Amino acid sequence: MVVTKDDTMEIRVSDHVVLVRQAVRKWSIELGFSLVDQTKMITAASELARNTLDYGKGGTVRLERVEEGMKKGLRLTFEDQGPGIPDLEKALTDGYTTGRGMGMGLSGSKRLVNEFDIATKVGEGTRVTITRWK
Amino acid sequence: MERIPILKMGDFLIVTIQVDMHDRLVTTLQDDLTSMISSHGSHGVLIDISSLDMVDSFIGRMIGNIAGMSRVLDAETVVVGMRPAVAITLVELGLSLDGVRTALDVEKGMILLRASTRRRLTEEDEDGRDEG
Repeated sequence: MVVTKDDTMEIRVSDHVVLVRQAVRKWSIELGFSLVDQTKMITAASELARNTLDYGKGGTVRLERVEEGMKKGLRLTFEDQGPGIPDLEKALTDGYTTGRGMGMGLSGSKRLVNEFDIATKVGEGTRVTITRWK
Repeated sequence: MERIPILKMGDFLIVTIQVDMHDRLVTTLQDDLTSMISSHGSHGVLIDISSLDMVDSFIGRMIGNIAGMSRVLDAETVVVGMRPAVAITLVELGLSLDGVRTALDVEKGMILLRASTRRRLTEEDEDGRDEG
């Protein structure tokens, strides 16, 4: 996989979640995503950016335009140094929440993208990577 | 403080969301609407989301909360103008906005609200006759 463009954004306050959404929208349009695919990627980014802020106590997102053979896509990596997720299986279940949300963030955003990867360690942090191909 | 304006039109409250809302703004709107329903005795709330290019679980929950709270306060909520791509994403995300009434546009939403207010008045009339 080749990265042809990349950028990193901070997620420290709730305004940053809005900025992440706007950046993902811009990159999705540049990649020529359909309207539905744009909307799915923006929504997934919004969920994960909020998780980074609310549960991870803030962190960063890395945006990458990736190419693999003839395929082009957008990869987002959300990273925090927060408390980590003790029970990952539970956290990935629809409707399970320890916060103020509906518990659809992780499980829901997984359904909105083509590739989803999560790495977490209690006391060290969480990293979620999502990719959507055009 | 930044706020989404709420317009009062007779018995109804009308909100058009035209900005990309951060979470605090979403929560403020929910609080403002609830207190305005109660202070004006409004019987209907119309929320136009035609400008929103995404509805995530936080905004979805706000919409559900407003519908639930207004119901308790004897008002009806109609959400209008959801874009097709937003609807597809919302359902795939796992939210179906159960219990929230929707209409395609503001005009159809107003018809829906008027109809439910009329129905309510008729029922009140009938109740009155029964007691008399």
